[in-house]
Amino acid sequence: MNGRRGIDCRGAQGKVRLLLVCLPLLLAGCDGAAPAGGQNIGDAENGRRVIARVECGVCHVIPGVSGARGTVGPSLQGFASRNFIAGVVVNEPAVLVQWVRDAPSLAPHTAMPALPIDETEARDVAAYLQGLR
Amino acid sequence: MSGPMKAAVFILGAPLLCGGCVGIQSPLDTHGDHAALIAVLSWVMFIGATLISLGVVGVTAYAMFGDRERRARFLDRRLIIGGGILFPTATLTALLIHSLILANRLVAVTADDKPLRIEVIGEQWWWRVHYLDEQGQRAFTTANEVRIPVGQPIEFILTTADVIHSFWIPSLGGKLDMIPGHVNRLRLKADRAGVLRGQCAEYCGGAHALMAFFAVVETPEHFAAWYDGQRTPARQPADPFLIKGRDLFLSSGCGGCHAIRGTAAAGVIGPDLTHIGSRRSIGAGLYPVNAGTLAGWIVDSQHLKPENRMPSFNVFTGEELRALAAYLQSLK
Repeated sequence: MNGRRGIDCRGAQGKVRLLLVCLPLLLAGCDGAAPAGGQNIGDAENGRRVIARVECGVCHVIPGVSGARGTVGPSLQGFASRNFIAGVVVNEPAVLVQWVRDAPSLAPHTAMPALPIDETEARDVAAYLQGLR
Repeated sequence: MSGPMKAAVFILGAPLLCGGCVGIQSPLDTHGDHAALIAVLSWVMFIGATLISLGVVGVTAYAMFGDRERRARFLDRRLIIGGGILFPTATLTALLIHSLILANRLVAVTADDKPLRIEVIGEQWWWRVHYLDEQGQRAFTTANEVRIPVGQPIEFILTTADVIHSFWIPSLGGKLDMIPGHVNRLRLKADRAGVLRGQCAEYCGGAHALMAFFAVVETPEHFAAWYDGQRTPARQPADPFLIKGRDLFLSSGCGGCHAIRGTAAAGVIGPDLTHIGSRRSIGAGLYPVNAGTLAGWIVDSQHLKPENRMPSFNVFTGEELRALAAYLQSLK
């Protein structure tokens, strides 16, 4: 390695080595659950657990959450690219945090009830939804 | 596969083998004497069968690959009678005696114990639960959940309203069928607190796989408090939003199938909802109880649990639905 640190990519062997090193990057695309968004409003992975615990999937299709195939409310597939939440308020992080915790405070006629999650959990849930592209 | 590779595969695979050993619905994660006895029998059979299998494979390999002179020893009649007749007979007889003694202990009833009696009726696809008082009268009715105190013997009185179901709380004991026109009795005792899960263990139609329940084992003090709470009628709401929910419940005809003690709703077709807000699940172990799951269930129960007896009621405005769900959730 001539004293260098890193991967020696020269020669046929080196190319194979490079391929092996990069293989996991290809696999990164296999897990639809992993949110790609860089929003720092919360812990998206914990948000996914909160969504599973509260069973948001009773009413919504939520990619990456097992059993979440509800049809009462809208599918949340591609949620991050929506401009509005429920067609009522602008889809931006602070609003979304309030929405997932207490939707009726933003839209009095909504069927979506206030849910038993705290502020931190609401941020985590919002972080997860922001990653659904 | 190299040596280290094999070791790696074994280490990665080992957790899969133990996946069934712990958790809220494992017969090996025991919470009571009955389950412990059954677990011992399971281990005896599992380890014994493993040793016998290894022995048979070893002898077979020897017979195939051993040298000619040594293989000739297998022609010895004593070996065939000993290994082929005497050993299996002795082993299976010992196992039979062990299991008969065990079965006797599982159903043993001592004269002085006073069991708490709980009547459980299997219905497609949920569990109706009546707690009986000391006179044998029904003290109160609940659904899809049994709560029991640590240390007290429990007698489950099991039957069915329709087809054959099977009542099973793996961490507490064996399963017992619920048979039409027949009453079965199952004695159990829990020796430590915890939340356990039970399930219907006999195929009973479409939503069989979604027919589960929770068994909550708690201290006698907690249990007594819960028991007293369950005997009381539902609390009348003071909050206008909850009052609206209650009025919707009554005016929409929910009481045709469901009872809420303390109100005019006295239906007996579906689960009693008097204290639904204090239960761990709706839909027979399917979802936790919160305003969201309750609202979703009311609107879309046929999608969530196909073929269950409750139709989807897509007749409420968003606000009405929330009021109804909030009222049900408030029924602690």
